[in-house]
Amino acid sequence: MITKEATVIVPTPVDDVPEPPRPTRKQRRAWDEAPRWQIYLPLGIYLVFTLIPFYWILLFALRPAGSTSLVPWPMTFDHFDKVWTERSFGTYFENSILVGLATLVMTTLVALAGGYALARFDFKVKRAFMLALLCSQFVPGALLLVPLFQIFAELQMINSLGAVIIAETVFQLPLSMILISGFIRNVPYSLEEAAWVDGCNRLTAFRIVVLPLLRPGLIAVGSFAFVHSWNHFLFALMFLSDQSKQTIPVGLNTLMSADSVDLGALAAGGIIAAVPVVIVFAFIQKWLITGFSAGAVKG
Amino acid sequence: MAQAAVVAKPPAPPRRRRASATPRRLPYLLIAPAALLMVGFIAYPVISVFYYSLQHFNPTKPWRNGFAGFDNFTHAFTDDPMFWDTLVFSGKWVVVEVGLQLMFGLALALIVNQTFVGRSIGRALVFSPWAVSGVLTSAIWVLLYNSQTGITRYLADMGIGTYGTSWLSDTSTVFPAAIVADLWRGVPFFAILILADLQSVSKDLYEAAEVDGASRFKQFWHITLPHLKDAIVLSTLLRAVWEFNNVDLLYTLTGGGPAGETTTLPLYIANTSVDAHNFGYASALTTVAFVILLFFSIVYLRLSKFGGENK
Repeated sequence: MITKEATVIVPTPVDDVPEPPRPTRKQRRAWDEAPRWQIYLPLGIYLVFTLIPFYWILLFALRPAGSTSLVPWPMTFDHFDKVWTERSFGTYFENSILVGLATLVMTTLVALAGGYALARFDFKVKRAFMLALLCSQFVPGALLLVPLFQIFAELQMINSLGAVIIAETVFQLPLSMILISGFIRNVPYSLEEAAWVDGCNRLTAFRIVVLPLLRPGLIAVGSFAFVHSWNHFLFALMFLSDQSKQTIPVGLNTLMSADSVDLGALAAGGIIAAVPVVIVFAFIQKWLITGFSAGAVKG
Repeated sequence: MAQAAVVAKPPAPPRRRRASATPRRLPYLLIAPAALLMVGFIAYPVISVFYYSLQHFNPTKPWRNGFAGFDNFTHAFTDDPMFWDTLVFSGKWVVVEVGLQLMFGLALALIVNQTFVGRSIGRALVFSPWAVSGVLTSAIWVLLYNSQTGITRYLADMGIGTYGTSWLSDTSTVFPAAIVADLWRGVPFFAILILADLQSVSKDLYEAAEVDGASRFKQFWHITLPHLKDAIVLSTLLRAVWEFNNVDLLYTLTGGGPAGETTTLPLYIANTSVDAHNFGYASALTTVAFVILLFFSIVYLRLSKFGGENK
């Protein structure tokens, strides 16, 4: 306590110590310092709940069929072989990657254009458009399966990945656009104006001044679009009838709905489904926590 | 005088925006792709749902197709016990799921917001399930609930449950089993949203409270909770809508069974249109679902003060 008061009351020489020394753990205030067991005990219990399912699927994927051992030893990759070739997860994987990347590109481009307009201009239908964006977050794709099916049938797009890509993009757009317009608003307009004075046109100014600053936001939005379409199931299930066109979640569902479920194959398929998502999130988690929630919750 | 003052004002300098020669229609061109996609693939389908809700429309029974008036709605409300069951189950699902997610998510966010050794790895692990898809969640929990080799066997060893029952096919266990599976994925999401908001609480407030001798619980009650109120209300609403619409998990985990026990309204709609091809009736049910969602979205827009352009 004495040291704390000392730092507050006695002015410290500025040139030596620009900041008050960081308090050691014991000096930190109580709000920062719950008793250790109050942190580690509940966290530990929750981690068990979180991690056992992950362990379980790894266990099933890696131990030989019929084994009841609780450690994946002897380890085997037979289930992966089987699911990748016999159950065509190789094909599903390619399709899912294709859908995911195309959705990422389309969502980001369209949302970037719209988000820029919302951030930088006042125009007549802006308020109505914002309202439509917010409301469409409440319109679930799952409830529109039949009319969407009819539209794609009309466009001759049933059984084409294009139908899934369009549908995924459309339902990703509202949130992505709201987020991106928020990111653009955080870039001072004066930066762009300065670039115009230097002779850039609007597009060039945007490209060299604004775009680099948007990179974290765009990575977050793009990854979110990728992961969402990678994970999403109903559109692919409905619009793609050909087995060679289907995606990983549909493949998983097929494995699950078989009469006698091949648990090893299901686990291996699940791991294949998880790998790209895990990689993406390892990269972007910090941006998602700050950028995504700020935009999503506060509209 | 006022007029003179206006005249005396020097002419406004040409606005710099004009330097970039922006045509007035640029903003419209920029939102056009998004607007077209949303009109074509959201607005038009919604309108066609309203249209079909007033029609008898079933491609497998074309002789009955035609204008139905409100028949579909009357049938739903007076003649279809399944509709009421699914509506009740939807409510139960949303309330229990969102309530528990809020409770655990808030607790988890408060814990990982503390300073402790191993915080970043702890956060990463605790949040890890949130990116897992509904279908993959189902796959994982199918493995866990499996009667032969699932975790249930080991729980039975410890005296929880009995051997040989599959929790997902027993009407008495399927609801908690599905709830737990969805919680596994849903709690981290809630925790992330709340954690993001927790980080913006000004530390000065706590210091002031500390000086005044407030206990940690009092600090939580009088500083943290009021600060989080908006975020909690809005995420709860959004989450409720998402859980209401959540079809992937229940479709793949239980298929709405056993015996329709876990069929939510959207799942019932999907079954009615996809399996039974009764598009007209499914459209009427969808309209009912929209009315429910509309209620939520009005509340949401009110609370979020719509748009938040000034933020």
